[in-house]
Amino acid sequence: MNFFAIIAIYKFEMARTFRTLLQSIISPVISTALYFVVFGSAIGSRMEQIENIEYGSFIVPGLIMLTVLIQSVSNASFAIYFPKFLGTIYEVLSAPISYVEIIIGYVGAAATKSFIIGIIILMTATLFVDVQIKHPTIMLLLLALTCVSFSLFGFILGIWAKNFEQLNLVPMLILTPLVFLGGSFYSINMLPPIWQQITLFNPVVYLISGLRWSFFGTADVSIHYSLLAIGIFTLICITIIGWIFKTGYRLRN
Amino acid sequence: MTSIISIKNLTKTYSNGFHALLNLSLEIEEGEILALLGPNGAGKTTLISSVCGLLSVPKNTITIGGFDVSEDYRKSRSLIGLVPQEITIEPFETVMNAVSFSRGLFGKPKNSAYIEQLLTDLSLYNKRNQKNMTLSGGMKRRVMIAKALSHEPKILFLDEPTAGVDVELRKDMWDVIARLKESGVTVILTTHYIEEAEEIADRIGVINKGELLLVEGKNELIQRMGSKNLLIELQEPAKKIPTSLSRFNLTLSNDGMQLNYIYDVRAQKTGIVDLLSELKKASFKLRDLQTSQSTLEEIFVNLVKE
Repeated sequence: MNFFAIIAIYKFEMARTFRTLLQSIISPVISTALYFVVFGSAIGSRMEQIENIEYGSFIVPGLIMLTVLIQSVSNASFAIYFPKFLGTIYEVLSAPISYVEIIIGYVGAAATKSFIIGIIILMTATLFVDVQIKHPTIMLLLLALTCVSFSLFGFILGIWAKNFEQLNLVPMLILTPLVFLGGSFYSINMLPPIWQQITLFNPVVYLISGLRWSFFGTADVSIHYSLLAIGIFTLICITIIGWIFKTGYRLRN
Repeated sequence: MTSIISIKNLTKTYSNGFHALLNLSLEIEEGEILALLGPNGAGKTTLISSVCGLLSVPKNTITIGGFDVSEDYRKSRSLIGLVPQEITIEPFETVMNAVSFSRGLFGKPKNSAYIEQLLTDLSLYNKRNQKNMTLSGGMKRRVMIAKALSHEPKILFLDEPTAGVDVELRKDMWDVIARLKESGVTVILTTHYIEEAEEIADRIGVINKGELLLVEGKNELIQRMGSKNLLIELQEPAKKIPTSLSRFNLTLSNDGMQLNYIYDVRAQKTGIVDLLSELKKASFKLRDLQTSQSTLEEIFVNLVKE
């Protein structure tokens, strides 16, 4: 194992975060804080409870998930796309480093960033609404797994993308709608029966539901299904990345 | 001398069907400077990319220090430093951090003393805390060399290291390469500049259309393949060359004061004695004689033309 290489990539990527603190951490935290102000404090106080939970508190897991998913994908995709764009990727490809080590370095850094952002958002939420976590260990585990799995997905996106437009395509046009329609701001039990069935095809439902369970002990779908969904998604991403490095897809000719 | 790089029957075909390298074999000796010459699209960069792991190659075609680049990629790649053709460095990173990153990437622990010495040798020490984007083109190229040398490689690949740089910097680069050779590093460089190869290389390889046309010691190459010119200065201008001298294929200068004779140094009879005898018979009065060796550039142009 080339530990020095893993540390070098990890530190290099983390240094980028701290160099661009405003863009990397402060910006997503401010925009999420605005959600809490609008939906949590302003509108939330006038809304009914959902499953005996104050609306402001109910949306906390969804908002954490919204930011964490988008940040994980953006961080990881940018981390690998930028060296491709600049041409500096040659250095990584010519170094004595395996693809597992490359992934640990890049995905590890991207997941760490999103995990930190997730925790900051959680802390920010406590300033606006009452937040209680029933299963803190499961919450941290779910958050960490989500950060890793979606950073893996972002890594695939970064390798696939040929330009900045493609890089932004998935987070903007696919991920954001999936999160909004995945029960971030409502319980899927509030939907008509047919839409409840359709929503179950949205993988983000399982993530939000799982995190909500860790907060309140109740959720739209079982926590086991949530863990299974994350596990399957991670496995799919690892398989695709394995294929990418084996074939050299968009990396080596 | 032992081979540090061994390439056997390497063929590289891109997905669009273009044959970049055709059955290329090459042995590179430890401690030498090998210059690879060739026109654009000849396959020089493909060759370097294949050796350095940027392109996939079949097993048992390339070994570095005895390690197969496909099977023992960790050991083989750790011996190599690569400076690519384009200037590609992280713009927002400082020189020191960029070079330290490269060292870590190649599995080496932090060694500030070595990095500082390296930066000093490349006249970069004063710029160590500057961001790469603030450096001039020449300095950026030095940073790339520093990055390539950060893990103390035994072999350095320089893909057109002096392309687009001014004469002064080019000379500086040549000094850097000479110092590397003194320290035992094997240097392989590609270049368009014949004088560069002539100045610094021990051996020269010529690639064209994916094929290695030859690899030979620089001096032997010039000696073996070079023709010589005999310039004959006359005391009085000649109006034309007499038919008795036609077999020598002489050329007459515009002012009629010089005759030029090209001969092959490898031939048993150069024809010089016969020529001088015929000139005397034709009543030419000679002022002076000069000989000159053909340059590497002329040899290269002839090889590629063939």
